Amino acid sequence: MIYELIIKILFILLKIVAIVGPLIIAVAYLTFMERKIIGYMQVRIGPNRVGPKGLLQPFADTIKLLLKEIILPTNANKFLFLIAPVLSIGPAIAAWAVIPFWADSQNVPVALTNIDASLLYILALTSIGVYGVIIAGWASNSKYAFLGAMRSAAQIVSYEIAMGFALVGVLMAAHSINLGQIVQQQAGGIWHWFWLPLLPLFVIYLVSGVAETNRAPFDVAEGESEIVAGFHVEYSGVTFAVFFLAEYANIILISMLTALMFMGGWLSPFEGIPVLEKAFAWVPGIAWLLAKTAFFMFCFLWFRATFPRYRYDQIMRLGWKVFIPITIIWLLLLGAAIVAKIPPWFSGQ
Amino acid sequence: MLLMSALMVVSARNTIHSALFLVLAFFTCAALWILLRAEFLAIALVLVYVGAVMVLFLFVVMMLNLNTDLLREGFIRHLPLGILIAIAIVAEMFLALNSGGFRMLDQAALKAVDVPGYSNTRALGSVLYTKYLYAFEIAAVILLLAMVSAITLTMRRLKGTRHQNPAKQVKVMRADRLRIVKMQAEPKGDSND
Repeated sequence: MIYELIIKILFILLKIVAIVGPLIIAVAYLTFMERKIIGYMQVRIGPNRVGPKGLLQPFADTIKLLLKEIILPTNANKFLFLIAPVLSIGPAIAAWAVIPFWADSQNVPVALTNIDASLLYILALTSIGVYGVIIAGWASNSKYAFLGAMRSAAQIVSYEIAMGFALVGVLMAAHSINLGQIVQQQAGGIWHWFWLPLLPLFVIYLVSGVAETNRAPFDVAEGESEIVAGFHVEYSGVTFAVFFLAEYANIILISMLTALMFMGGWLSPFEGIPVLEKAFAWVPGIAWLLAKTAFFMFCFLWFRATFPRYRYDQIMRLGWKVFIPITIIWLLLLGAAIVAKIPPWFSGQ
Repeated sequence: MLLMSALMVVSARNTIHSALFLVLAFFTCAALWILLRAEFLAIALVLVYVGAVMVLFLFVVMMLNLNTDLLREGFIRHLPLGILIAIAIVAEMFLALNSGGFRMLDQAALKAVDVPGYSNTRALGSVLYTKYLYAFEIAAVILLLAMVSAITLTMRRLKGTRHQNPAKQVKVMRADRLRIVKMQAEPKGDSND
């Protein structure tokens, strides 16, 4: 009995390592890709010194950050100052517990825990990630950090509403709040995926995701030219690295969620097309999911290289006065479409 | 844990700390709900109270920069009244929970939960939108009313404030901002004097 329990716990721990390990490697190489891609977009070369073609650059960066000293600002609240990075990385990693990666031979989604309310769970966890930012800004005892935290809090709270409404559209279309079932509802090739019937919600979700992770062009929380580096000005060494890790883990999470909810997750895009379906049948589901995720991650970097930073009042206007009305109107239209059973998306329900 | 963090909310010296202890109290409350197999309520609690309400609370508390000494002065003076209210609330809750409704629910609910494939979220949704639809909608309208009245109470249009018109800003053309002036070139040698 005890023996079985230990084996079970060890197995779960192994699964967690199997998810978090690749995630951290992906974060390291996402930072590298970011510098390379933005470099190429701006006609530069990007990092190319450490290792072949600069491929060992992320390790050099990590080792440098780990060896640096952690500096506590005077009069900073020591406990809160040190726990803030933990509070931002915790939810960013915990949300991965419910992400399904592929379906096994019985068409059951494979995830660490396949809970019923997984969409709500993710929404709840992404919303508590903001505490890391707020507490970091307040505990640093610095005006720049405080301003960054305030901006970030206002921004995240306002975009969360639009994001939540976009998710309501997804769960209405899928008739489920389980991520695995949402993907299975999209079966039947590229035209059956939810990006088409939910096009406005798809765009809003992606843009809100960019705003929620405080990435350019919505990166006023860090706004180098105005408030130095925002909420993490006072952080150095490992504590800064943890904030960095959380931000990039969130980017990958949002990209993967977009792929799962609007782009058919692990389903092949050639389903239902006679020749291509057979030709690509050997590709495992996770490869499709990772390819789609990689595309959205590339979009994040692309946005950063392309758009200038939004003005603060424009960010708030976009969130409250543009996105929320559009999502509400689309939800009404979607309800009508579901009642009318418009094929091919809503005919089978 | 819940009681301890709730106690710390009122006794913490720093207002930010008490707000953070309130977050902890919500979390432990959500954990209790998970133990009662009400995962939807637990997640909704974290989502709404921790994710949105407390962020705004912290926002306001941080902005106001309250004077903590002034707040502590009243603590002892108001203590008897506070204890009285606490006793009244505890008594009320005891009476309400001891009445028939909750006891009956206790046994029946536990049996229903033990069925495999039971989904708390689905069950709650199906009851909320059929049996209790009327009460649900009244609650929604009351909340809307509270929101509208709070906004009308606080919204004052000050005279002389300037507003931006985004539509106008988008439509602006080069000709509106820029004027190209043709000038005679300065004769050579004069400019560097």
